[in-house]
Amino acid sequence: MELKIQYFASVREAMAREEETVRPPDTVATVADLVQYLSAQDASFADLANAENPLLVAINHSVVDRNASLSENDEVAFFPPMTGG
Amino acid sequence: MISVQTEEFDLALEYKQLRQRSGDAGAIVTFTGLVRELYEAGSDAVDNKIRELTLEHYPGMTEKCLQDIVDEAHSRWSLLATRIIHRVGPMRPGEEIVMVGTASSHRQDAFEAAQFLMDYLKSRAPFWKKQDTGHGSHWVEARESDADAVDRWQVDSKVS
Repeated sequence: MELKIQYFASVREAMAREEETVRPPDTVATVADLVQYLSAQDASFADLANAENPLLVAINHSVVDRNASLSENDEVAFFPPMTGG
Repeated sequence: MISVQTEEFDLALEYKQLRQRSGDAGAIVTFTGLVRELYEAGSDAVDNKIRELTLEHYPGMTEKCLQDIVDEAHSRWSLLATRIIHRVGPMRPGEEIVMVGTASSHRQDAFEAAQFLMDYLKSRAPFWKKQDTGHGSHWVEARESDADAVDRWQVDSKVS
């Protein structure tokens, strides 16, 4: 499965990149699986996933929880809690 | 009508245009949010005067989120027109950062919808603030009170 990953704000800075394409194995079916997979690939991501500050996730522009399923070519974004207004 | 833009906006002009789009409105509420010079969150900081505030957003998702919440506001209240402007990019203290305008026949709809839209913008739309004090910059942390403010509206999970 191919996924486009995007990072924003403090998460983008911690990852030192804005986006990347990943091809996780078929065992990666949910957001929780993806978080685990990316944590194993990258220590910076593991730190973010384990940090006290929540790591939010959106699939194709909608915020989802860790149980959400992933599909081919999904755009998955990771970011900190929003601070607009 | 929704705008995500770097430029400053003209509140008088926006009010006039909102009024023109509102037909026989009996109430128009406009809210503007300003960049403050002092940010109390880092109260232990030696110098917490903001020199510049930078707004990052998630292009594509931002517009979708704002449209969803405007649709939600229209379903909850009797509104004749709405307007949201949210600036992104660098801005300085004193500048306007956000505007919400609502028009309705009676004031309660306009007041409540404006508050609903602002509460949502604070913690559910993909904007992130970074402040620069001149002695380094850091990301603004989300406030629990802002999350509580939006929770009280019990927004359906599809609108987030």
